[in-house]
Amino acid sequence: MTTQTFEYQPGSALHDQDDPLHGELMQLEMGPQHPATHGVLRLSMKLDGETMRGVEPVVGYLHRGKEKTCESLGWAKFFPHTDRLDYVQPLMNNVGYALALEKLAGLAVPERGEIIRVLLMEVSRIAAHLIYLGTTAIDLGAVSMFFATFKERENIYTILDAYTGHRMNNTYVRIGGVFADVDEKVEDLLREFLARMPAEIDSWESMLSGNRIWYDRNRNVGVLTKEQALGLALTGPNLRGAGVEHDLRKVQPYSGYERYDFDIPVGTIGDCYDRYLVRVEEMRQSVRIATQALALLKETRGGEFLAEDRRYVLPPKDKVHTSMEELIFQFKIVTDLRLPAGQCYHGIESSKGELGFFVVSDGTSKPVRCHIRSPGLMNVQAIPPLAEGRLFSDMVALIGSLDFVMGEVDR
Amino acid sequence: MGNAQTLERARAALGTLEHSVRDERDGLATLALSTATLGQALEALKTRAGFETPTLITAIDWLGTREPRFDVVHQLLSLAHNDRLRLVTPVAEDQRVPTATHLWPGAAYMERECYDMFGLVFEGHAGLKRLLMPEEYGWHPLRKDFPHQGIEPDRIYREWDRKRRAEWHPEEAR
Repeated sequence: MTTQTFEYQPGSALHDQDDPLHGELMQLEMGPQHPATHGVLRLSMKLDGETMRGVEPVVGYLHRGKEKTCESLGWAKFFPHTDRLDYVQPLMNNVGYALALEKLAGLAVPERGEIIRVLLMEVSRIAAHLIYLGTTAIDLGAVSMFFATFKERENIYTILDAYTGHRMNNTYVRIGGVFADVDEKVEDLLREFLARMPAEIDSWESMLSGNRIWYDRNRNVGVLTKEQALGLALTGPNLRGAGVEHDLRKVQPYSGYERYDFDIPVGTIGDCYDRYLVRVEEMRQSVRIATQALALLKETRGGEFLAEDRRYVLPPKDKVHTSMEELIFQFKIVTDLRLPAGQCYHGIESSKGELGFFVVSDGTSKPVRCHIRSPGLMNVQAIPPLAEGRLFSDMVALIGSLDFVMGEVDR
Repeated sequence: MGNAQTLERARAALGTLEHSVRDERDGLATLALSTATLGQALEALKTRAGFETPTLITAIDWLGTREPRFDVVHQLLSLAHNDRLRLVTPVAEDQRVPTATHLWPGAAYMERECYDMFGLVFEGHAGLKRLLMPEEYGWHPLRKDFPHQGIEPDRIYREWDRKRRAEWHPEEAR
């Protein structure tokens, strides 16, 4: 008996003429409650045998009208809602939104506030990539990876709990800085965590990178060329996996990213395996940045972490109780926070790609528009061109490697 | 990001197409266009000014503030020059906006979302339908005249339920 080898070539389908189902198209709905679609995504596809002949993602099952909510709530009260966008990295969304508002207000963040933000963003990036790694691996059969990565995510939750008082949905960033300083206990927890991470990442890589099943199911699957990735408006690891060296932290630095020393990993072919390698390397670089941020935090101990601008930033609580003026400021900011009229866009490098907030103000306390440029939606959009003509089982690898969170896709 | 250089490059690419320069709060290079020139402008900016990828396509509703009611906002990114360009196009409710999907396939979902939320029709878009709201939904939620609490949020779900029951349990149907 001869064994048939399946050598996948990008774009060419394995078309089994002997498949009894070949010839007629079968309509298959994958999701919205399918565990491998990573949330409430429905994929409406036509199958010829096992070959996908037409895929249409159906999104919107988690649509909560966040942009409309921002218009009714006002600028400051929308912060908790940004947490619920990409709920695996709430602090990153907070910072992205705060940066857009600060740009509109023309407000500068104190140095220590920026360092804390960078630290939180990089820890969030690690947490988000851990979700990617764990869920993609369990979908492709590597169950133990899921437990390994979720063990580390649990540690991140513990650290964030110690710092913010919440495990998820932290809402700890404010206009002008962060809500509270990082104390020494949290610093120690972080230092211990960051010291352990490189060895952990190495051990995960040794479990996956050379694994025959992992390699075969990811290599040459979902190949993105540079032009295709740019045309599909992809950003972040998906674009870098296609070989484009574009990272907003490097090319358009914000929050003082220019002070940190880190590298941008890029892929060569642009397949699922390259995107996996890029994300694993990004975790290492995040550890590097976070370690540098911790050192800077030590240098700036005792410094201001929240700007003192009483037009936008709440006064400290003890002063509110003792001073009439501060009480008035508190009242004005909570009930009627006004940002200058104008349009403003700020994009940050989130774990999924460019997360941008396009905010429009008319000078009153009611926002005119708050558009969330969601990288996840663009990642979902890239599914059909990559899936068509491939075998159905490749879909699971593809969904995992494009990496999206439906909370952000549907908003 | 040299703002002046970006504008110069973009305006050189636009050539004789009618446009005006806007000064925006975030200092991002912004051009105001019209629906008649937008299609050509997008093509020129992609091919001649090196804006490889669209960042966002969205709209702003200025109901009660000015006429025409909407602004369609295109924001483009150039990796080679590392700069962004924003295009603002005033659009009336019944006007059609030229599509950008033939230049960037990635614009398809952005334009679908814009259609879904504001009811703006993009000319030349193959498969322009709702993105986030159900296809049967009769309103465009991000318009300013749409109330924040929603309009009959359960109506279409009740209708779906009624249809399904009639199909599955015809004996129950009156």
